[in-house]
Amino acid sequence: MLPYLTMNPFGFPVLSTTIFMPLFGVLFILFMSNEKAIKVAAMITALLTLAVSAFLFVNFDPTTTIFQFGERISWVSSFNINYMLGIDGISIMLILLTTIISPIAVLSSWKAIQTRVKEFMISILIMETAMIGVFCSLDFILFYFFWEAMLIPMYLLIAIWGGPNKDYASLKFFIYTLFGSVFLLVAIIAIYLVNGTFSIPEAMFKDYTFQFQFWVFLAFGIAFAIKVPMFPFHTWLPAAHTEAPTVGSVFLASILLKMGTYGFMRFCLPIVPQASFYFAPLMIVLSIIGIIYGGFVCLSQTDMKKLVAYSSVAHMGFVILGIFTFSIYGFVGALFQMLNHGITTGGLFLLVGMVYERTHSRQIYDNAGLGKIMPIYMFFFGLFAVSSFAFPGTNSFVGELYVLIGAFAVNKTAGFFAVVGAVVAAAYMLKLLKQVAWGREDKRDIKDMNLREIIYMVPLAIFVLWVGLFPRPFVNVMEYTLVNLATQLDKVSH
Amino acid sequence: MTLLLEIYLLLFSVLFLFLSLGKGGKSLFLPARIFSLGAVAVSLITLNANGLLFYGAYQVNGFSQIFKLILTVGLTFVVFMFNRDDEVDNMPEFFMFLGFSTLGLTALVSSVELISILISLEISSFSLYAIVPLRRSKTTGHLEAAIKYLFFGAVATGVMLYGMGYLYAMTHSTYLADIVSGMPAIIDKPLGILALVLTMTAFFFKLSLFPLHFWAPDIYEGASDATTTFIATVPKVAGAALLIRLTMLAGAPLAQLAMVLMVLAAFSMTVGNLAGLVQQDIKRLLGYSGIAHAGYLMLGLLAFNKSGSAVVAYYITVYLFMNLSLFYVIMLLSRNGENLKVADLAGLARRSPLLALTLAVAAFSLAGIPPTGGFTGKFFLLVTAFKAGYLPIVIIAAVNTVLSIFYYLNLVRVSYSREAKEESPLNLTFSEKILCVLFSVIILVLGIMPLPVMEMFVRVM
Repeated sequence: MLPYLTMNPFGFPVLSTTIFMPLFGVLFILFMSNEKAIKVAAMITALLTLAVSAFLFVNFDPTTTIFQFGERISWVSSFNINYMLGIDGISIMLILLTTIISPIAVLSSWKAIQTRVKEFMISILIMETAMIGVFCSLDFILFYFFWEAMLIPMYLLIAIWGGPNKDYASLKFFIYTLFGSVFLLVAIIAIYLVNGTFSIPEAMFKDYTFQFQFWVFLAFGIAFAIKVPMFPFHTWLPAAHTEAPTVGSVFLASILLKMGTYGFMRFCLPIVPQASFYFAPLMIVLSIIGIIYGGFVCLSQTDMKKLVAYSSVAHMGFVILGIFTFSIYGFVGALFQMLNHGITTGGLFLLVGMVYERTHSRQIYDNAGLGKIMPIYMFFFGLFAVSSFAFPGTNSFVGELYVLIGAFAVNKTAGFFAVVGAVVAAAYMLKLLKQVAWGREDKRDIKDMNLREIIYMVPLAIFVLWVGLFPRPFVNVMEYTLVNLATQLDKVSH
Repeated sequence: MTLLLEIYLLLFSVLFLFLSLGKGGKSLFLPARIFSLGAVAVSLITLNANGLLFYGAYQVNGFSQIFKLILTVGLTFVVFMFNRDDEVDNMPEFFMFLGFSTLGLTALVSSVELISILISLEISSFSLYAIVPLRRSKTTGHLEAAIKYLFFGAVATGVMLYGMGYLYAMTHSTYLADIVSGMPAIIDKPLGILALVLTMTAFFFKLSLFPLHFWAPDIYEGASDATTTFIATVPKVAGAALLIRLTMLAGAPLAQLAMVLMVLAAFSMTVGNLAGLVQQDIKRLLGYSGIAHAGYLMLGLLAFNKSGSAVVAYYITVYLFMNLSLFYVIMLLSRNGENLKVADLAGLARRSPLLALTLAVAAFSLAGIPPTGGFTGKFFLLVTAFKAGYLPIVIIAAVNTVLSIFYYLNLVRVSYSREAKEESPLNLTFSEKILCVLFSVIILVLGIMPLPVMEMFVRVM
């Protein structure tokens, strides 16, 4: 038995079921031709996956730091590659985020996608499989498989159903991410040659030489920094977001960006801790630049979607800042911010998509003054906008507070600049909110949100308030894992 | 029994030789398909054959038989692939030469003596020299291609003979077994390395490795689609097999030879990928892609051990299928046998989703993106080279992967996101659909389940 993995106690491989449920749905969809039936089938598949992951969540034991629901089958024995799965307090939250966002994504594209519905739904479901797979993998190669496999459906989502400039955006997205990934692969091989195994937990907290750690961190860092994206690797993000269909943006913002920060938490910190300490000042400076720069760029945007996209750069800066404080507050805050950003920014992209379906414009001016015309819409928009700049009572406030506590404890200057960034965030979001609510007086014929749209926005809104007012249940789930990470790192630093 | 496959292929070729003497007029696709399937069956029957023939010059064992199986499978797919191609329709000579060439290649992987290597190589090469100009469309490119291929091929063979001469002079034998035992005495001498590298030259040529790469784009462009498909795939398998055989001659890791291979690999990858970036003709693009892939292949040879050789064999197998798949798309799309430009792919996803998917799977595999076989093979190669301690070449290969993604992705990009000039849907017949699906499935299975094939190669090395 492996010391770091408790095997799956159930009669069926529950993690594999979660991962491959969407792919199983794809098998059925392949043989369907009725568009309505395809949508329904995709929806059912996504909901079933959500149900299995809820089952996971209910049975998750938050009082242990060992990976749970383990599965381990030999895959390529000559290279010691295993099909090894397992989850801890970090991954369970992100899996749940993925499975919640996926049915919402299907529902939100019900009307918006008119061409090639079948391929679209297949792409979404393959994406879901790959995303859950990334968070469950405990083997480097398995991880890399899912990590890269994600690129293809995402590329297709942008390249086929994207906006006018989709050609450029999808290419840039693909090449940028792939560039990072090949170095990730080289680093993985380097670790394998030292350890003789591709197992991720077995690579953690070993005594590697500093020189080795230095190079591995650089290789990991480039891959993850591009994915996050951190300044100065962020330029693919606004392009990809603006051109992607709404669902593409939601997946990008809610889940794909989390892969980068997840990578920092899962790989960089435990595997190359000394190099992480060494590079921490640089990472903190870059994250601060990201926060402030992202904020100021947002201030000058006239395109709603671009504004939300650039705000992602700032938000992800907070996550990186939290991670590289190496404190428990920073970690909890970072993980919270990952979830919050997924929910809040995902929600904002959905709302921008909704109004775009009606006015066919993303310019703030064209969509201004909706307060009287679309009251329900305005309610949701207001909620997600204030959540985006961390208004007390919303989810982001909790996350940002944790990050700021962590940051001030480590470095007051960093904390100060992060607060400045938070103020800038309030400025651009309130400016946008004011414009959208009261910016124009003239009456226009725009329909308010329909029932379908309300249905998929409500779960997100509930989450915003729930975490904002009562975050304890969520903290409980992640606490043990994060405390363990922080103590382990503490041991290394002394 | 041990020579059954060779005899079968000889009969196959002779049959079409006689058919070529007749008036013709009848379509020969059906007999060609049946007989090529027969070749696969025969190679399966003789898979476990063992023996040493012709005074020890011809060895039939696991190593040779597995490569023969791959060669005949490759031949069969090529034969099955062209049915719309009016270039070679009703040309029995074409099948005859394919048969002779495959015969030469199967003999090549069994040869363990220098003269038989030379003869087998020439049998396969001369057949190819003859089919390059077989093209009906009104271009002059195919004549130029034929001449170039002939001359470059002849020079490469000449250089190989030069190297063989040195080997013979130093070890007093043409048998590889004797050369191996004589190797330790000469291997640290510059002449020993030179002899080995020169002998390898002809196979570098077959694989289009730098600096013997320049024929590939011209010949790919000039020859008809069917001919290019064959030249780009099947002979490379045999070329890789012989390179494995020759590097194994060294016995132990050999720093100087590794250095030579590494430099060639680095140049090959970089030259191939950089030139690939600006290509408009898809076949020409694949020519440069082949040069780059020859470079990747060298990474497995650097280890000088069995597992490294198995990795090379694995990669060339994947390479065979991903190229066949991509060439099949080209063949189905090209009109009147004209060369296809990248721009002609526009709107493919709308005209035929299946064909676009087949193209995407093959292109992503060539670029090395999981979960395709191209990734798994490349990953094995990188691990092998890294394990052997050659980090610089691993990094060069990684950077090259990024370079190459530009033009592979461009194929997918054009077929998915460019609007077509004409919207006429492309109707595939049932058998064409089957073949498309089959290629994609093989590429994916080789990516996700590499173990069975890999173990098979490890066992026979």
